[in-house]
Amino acid sequence: MPKETTAIIEQIAHQFNNDPTRLMDVARAVHGRLGHLSELSIGLIAKNLGIHRAQVRDMVSFYAFFSRSPQGKNVIRICTAVVERMNGADELVEAFEKELGIFLGETTEDGKVTLEKASCIGLSDQAPSVLVNGIALTQLKPEDVPGIVAAICSGDEIDTLPQARVRKNLRQSGPILLGPYESGDAVRKAIRKTPAEVIIELYASHLRGCGGAGFPTASKWEKCRTSKGESHYVICNADEGEPGTFKDRVILMENPELVFDGMTIAAFTIGAEEGMIYLRGEYDYLRGSLERALANHRQLGLLGNNICGIEGFNFDIRIQAAAGAYICGEESALIESLEGKRGAPRDRPPFPVERGYKEQPTLVNNVETFCGVSRVLEHGGQWFSRLGTEQSKGTKLLSISGDCRLPGVYEVEYGITVEKLLQQVDAEDAQAVQIGGPSGFCIGPKDYLRSIAFEDLPTGGSIIIFGPDRDILEYMYQFGEFFAEESCGWCVPCRVGTTLLLKDLREVLDGHATHRELDELKQLCGTIKTMSQCGLGLTAPNPILSTIEQFPELYEARLQEGDYYPRLDLNKALKAGCTASGRELFQIETGEPAVTNS
Amino acid sequence: MRDKTVTITIDGKQVEAKAGQKIIEAADDAGIYIPRLCHHKDLPPRGHCRLCVVKVDGRPRSSCTIPVEEGMTIENDTEELNAHRRTVLEMMFVEGNHFCPSCETSGNCELQAEGYRLGMVVPKLPYIETHREVDATHPDIFINRDLCILCGRCVRASALQDGKTVFAFEGRGIEKVITVNAEHGLGETLMDVADAAAHVCPTGCLRTKRVGYSVPVGERKYDHNPIGSEIEQAASH
Repeated sequence: MPKETTAIIEQIAHQFNNDPTRLMDVARAVHGRLGHLSELSIGLIAKNLGIHRAQVRDMVSFYAFFSRSPQGKNVIRICTAVVERMNGADELVEAFEKELGIFLGETTEDGKVTLEKASCIGLSDQAPSVLVNGIALTQLKPEDVPGIVAAICSGDEIDTLPQARVRKNLRQSGPILLGPYESGDAVRKAIRKTPAEVIIELYASHLRGCGGAGFPTASKWEKCRTSKGESHYVICNADEGEPGTFKDRVILMENPELVFDGMTIAAFTIGAEEGMIYLRGEYDYLRGSLERALANHRQLGLLGNNICGIEGFNFDIRIQAAAGAYICGEESALIESLEGKRGAPRDRPPFPVERGYKEQPTLVNNVETFCGVSRVLEHGGQWFSRLGTEQSKGTKLLSISGDCRLPGVYEVEYGITVEKLLQQVDAEDAQAVQIGGPSGFCIGPKDYLRSIAFEDLPTGGSIIIFGPDRDILEYMYQFGEFFAEESCGWCVPCRVGTTLLLKDLREVLDGHATHRELDELKQLCGTIKTMSQCGLGLTAPNPILSTIEQFPELYEARLQEGDYYPRLDLNKALKAGCTASGRELFQIETGEPAVTNS
Repeated sequence: MRDKTVTITIDGKQVEAKAGQKIIEAADDAGIYIPRLCHHKDLPPRGHCRLCVVKVDGRPRSSCTIPVEEGMTIENDTEELNAHRRTVLEMMFVEGNHFCPSCETSGNCELQAEGYRLGMVVPKLPYIETHREVDATHPDIFINRDLCILCGRCVRASALQDGKTVFAFEGRGIEKVITVNAEHGLGETLMDVADAAAHVCPTGCLRTKRVGYSVPVGERKYDHNPIGSEIEQAASH
């Protein structure tokens, strides 16, 4: 067995030129072949890539999709993100547990199936859903489970199951992003300009990064173009991990050519020969069609050497499959991950545009942003900027899910009010709307006249609707669980703080808190927001802070009277002690109870 | 370029700094102490502990990683920042199991010393009660992970000063721990008690065996003067 493992790992490492920066690919391939990454495999990978065992362990222990203990031949990942739980993910988990006779996190005795949970897998509009060996099964009901398990156990092809359907649910194609597109059009127009003129066109468009931060695209490109380095790199961030977002998936299914061309235009502008699409592990099932689309693009002379017949314009794109880590959506963590390391965010400056991938100037843009670039070059910056608001030009793709009749992807003009959105998706009775996913803000009806725009309600695209009967604060707690699970652990306030927020919020929700504890919770939120290193920690308290602001009455209703709520109930603790030691029960006389326990 | 100086303001005091210097280094040179734990003068900064966060022109930044720029206005010793720092310190205390009265490192411990300096009396945050393994496999050194604050000093010292990469991180989030470059324990690694990595731990996590209490309590590093006073005194001649 070790001999066989040695040969397999040698062969896989060789396939990636024994290059340690390709550790992600090597680890994925070994995991795929051997089912898990044992200490033996970790040692062999280290040896073959010429790095330390500890470095490999450091990396593989970071990603959710890597298991270091043997897994079943088949892995079922049930998405238990908020929208999925609103749509019955808990019942689905129960059904799988019952059918398989194991709990979440376990493997069946015959070694056939491992059952795991997953953060948002980008299918909130067809929830609840699962990934079976990377293939998505959507809109499941508990009654589907026996058939699915039977099919898995008898070794049927998963993708022939009737539930193996990923819908686009493209409800509204707007004028800019998702209309028809002829491959190469934008590139052919771009190369008639000089790189400097391309940037001028982008300035005229006022296009801003669509991943959430909204940094002006033109100025990012200009900085990258003027940064000196041996090579420049173009990276497409296809790691949309914000719960409730799935619009990049729809772009990649519907119009990947727009993305490729946007990247090629970037390569032309900043002078890059190498491009990478960092594709989240949850979207592995899109890889085949994307590879085909890339091959087609190469055939058309739109990638490869001498693109569009221009001597020396060489650029190609490879897909980097990832392995499950929300933080890798942050551009510097993404770059670390691309280099074969744990996805820990870098301190900035220097920014990736100055020193990014392999220490070289690197342009990282979101999938949707590259689409926007192609459209800007196809039709002109002026054309793009005629829509939208003062500070947010053009349109935005929104992923809308939760309690509405028409979940899916909508291309809307910036400036649209939440009220109008709710009308479109048929959810006018919404109790609250989560704008921008857990890292964004939860707003109530009094703010429904506000609009989707960088200057008002910014969003990377996730919109989650809570209907009138939902216990919103419980969902905020689940958002908190998400952050605690996804914190990379680099810095103290985020690593420890996200776990503490859960503890403290639980106390409030369970009625074990007074105003004082709520104030302390707010202070803790403030410390995490101020002291954390990257966006994850800076936004992790938002679900709590925004609901305290928007729905104070929901908190009030759960608070106890009095000055404080004691963490220790002396009589309760004594009772437990007496019972354990077999002594006679007795009560301690306390003067005045600080609070009346309801 | 190299000798260029810039002028920055820290807590209202004008300070000359060398271009390219990190804020924390410029402050040190000027005798202004910024609290820190993961930072070590002989190692490149990483910004793990966040204790050294200051406000640069109103924005919170870690002073160990951010280079000085002409005209920066920096807030350091403010009640707001110190309150946040106390909370971050508390987080380190409740994440691990730091029972100072019974700890051999008490008095030499930088974590404890920062606690005293910043006026942290007792953690008010709830304990997390993580379970972490002790590694006593090495003949001369033990790792008590309950005292680890994941500052990464040993990781950097071993890789950069000792050229050994004995240490690395493992896991993520609250599950993150220090791991060693061996299948089982530190005893299998190239770690030597003379290594730089063996002497950079700010707490009692990474300790040399058989030297416990060789310096009596009361005569230890921070028993008489608070942490940072050496920096403050050096500048006032």
